[in-house]
Amino acid sequence: MKLAMTRMLLSRSVWFLFTCLTLIFLGSVLISPRIGYGQPSLNFDDIEIDVLHVQGNVYMLVGAGGNITLQVGREGVLIVDSMYPELADKVLGVIRELSDQPIRYLINTHVHPDHIGGNAILAQAGTNFAAGNVAGVIDDAANTATIIAHENVLFRMSSRETPPPFEAWPTDTFFNSSKEVYFNGEAVRVLHQPTAHTDGDSIVFFRRSDVISTGDLFVTTSYPYIDLARGGSIQGIVGALNQILELTVPADRQEGGTMVIPGHGRLCDEADVVEYRDMLTIIRDRIQYMVDQGMSLREVQNARPTLDYDGRYGAESGFWTTEQFVEAVYVGINQGG
Amino acid sequence: MREFGFMLVFFAVTLCNFPAFAQIDFAGQWSPRYHEDYPERIPGPSLVEYHGIPINEAGRLRGLSWSPSLLTLPEHQCKPHPSDYAHRGPGRMRIWNEFKSDSQQLIAIHTRLRWQAPERTIWMDGRSHPPAYSAHTWQGFSTGKWDGETLVVTTTHLKQGWLRRNGLPRSDLAHVTEHFIRHENYLTQIVVISDPVYLSEPFIRSNNWVLDPRSSIDPYLCDIVVEIERPAGSVPHYLPGMNPFVGEYAELYGLPLEGTLGGAKTMYPSFIE
Repeated sequence: MKLAMTRMLLSRSVWFLFTCLTLIFLGSVLISPRIGYGQPSLNFDDIEIDVLHVQGNVYMLVGAGGNITLQVGREGVLIVDSMYPELADKVLGVIRELSDQPIRYLINTHVHPDHIGGNAILAQAGTNFAAGNVAGVIDDAANTATIIAHENVLFRMSSRETPPPFEAWPTDTFFNSSKEVYFNGEAVRVLHQPTAHTDGDSIVFFRRSDVISTGDLFVTTSYPYIDLARGGSIQGIVGALNQILELTVPADRQEGGTMVIPGHGRLCDEADVVEYRDMLTIIRDRIQYMVDQGMSLREVQNARPTLDYDGRYGAESGFWTTEQFVEAVYVGINQGG
Repeated sequence: MREFGFMLVFFAVTLCNFPAFAQIDFAGQWSPRYHEDYPERIPGPSLVEYHGIPINEAGRLRGLSWSPSLLTLPEHQCKPHPSDYAHRGPGRMRIWNEFKSDSQQLIAIHTRLRWQAPERTIWMDGRSHPPAYSAHTWQGFSTGKWDGETLVVTTTHLKQGWLRRNGLPRSDLAHVTEHFIRHENYLTQIVVISDPVYLSEPFIRSNNWVLDPRSSIDPYLCDIVVEIERPAGSVPHYLPGMNPFVGEYAELYGLPLEGTLGGAKTMYPSFIE
């Protein structure tokens, strides 16, 4: 009898353990935040869009995919990035709670789908300022918001095998180092960061509100996704982080002051960017040293040059693993980038 | 009979309206006592002095990669000690309470330290911690509750900081629990740090103060200057296996190197013996 009881309890314990592990696994697969390019299998119905007032005119919208930055004022609404298309109506609802003014500008920090997916819906919900040499009816030229991006975003978007709808494409591109807009009483600078996360990255600096929106060259959830196929490089990302640090000014005791909205993850300030820049510089230097010693990629990966940061930024599975990150740095260094 | 009824109502109202006040008041100026861990706290820890700290392999590598020259970079110069470390340093502490004016309910307990002047708020009004996407700060977000006469404080949303000021890291995912206990004019703080990134076990340490009504707290200013000209973007650090100070502390004090490199086992008497 006692033996039977013990067996029954053991059997129940094993089933309980199995059920727990299954739930934990499913939870980690379904709930854990993902990064970057690939669209995870998300149930968009369950995702809420949270709003955080950063400072001045600027808000941060958090949902799934990349963070959205919002600038709101009497002239209208300016949006940086647009998450996934499935969330665009929810994003629009949040924007309408903050402002009844038209969406005038949508700026894309880069080309990945979790940052440009809502472009068509959000842009078409807005109106542009139009004047001057317009063929036809001037209202037709003003019936969507202006989509601003570096021209490499347009090249990458339009050259895909299955490009996003034409309405999602940038309508106002630039090919040099920056583009400037004065909107809602503040200077907004769109600064191109060559060969960083991709070759079309821009950061957006709201000068009066003192906020920088970085796109995916700075995230707090993982190592940066270096999209080698689309012109990304470790050197470009480190360079971009150093440029962000040139722009940020901390307030008292190295805290606050210029606030930084990352592509994914939590709201930051200069000290958080410093930490991330230091980490990437140290890892790059380690791998550079190993490359100089003639080590192969496998030898470098086995040496675990990211060991001290893996618990914070690494991943053994999923879209962007630590192994893939080390490979991207290794390849980038070998290519001189 | 009517007077008895009035008295009954008076006592009932008095008892029911007793404000949710701190079981014990910590307000005042406090001077630290350094009898615990004096060499680490005042002269400062040596390089590669990690014993007694339950760091994991990642924490050790991060510590061994750390170069003191990092602190010469302008962006590192004015970082204050985080709230889980700041009480170790020199300098007095002021504690004051904040009450809601109508109900006299205790809303928050505030602290300010002399060294680097970190100010901190411990919320006592039952509010919840902010969502994960909120900013992290050097002092973190703290809430307190009473366990008898002990104030138990829970802190999250800390910036990445340090366990010891010789480069041993503490991550921004750490969770800190503090216990403040007052015995007459003595104040004791027990700090328990749990860090899934750099600790294999919770790290516990204590600090003590004596009430010192005559003390004051000076202003603290930090001015960032370029101390050393370096190429843009350079970050001083040691490559793995190349820290020249490994073994220096062990040799100076005649200690086994293994012990000075820290880890959970170095906390226990069985290892020390």
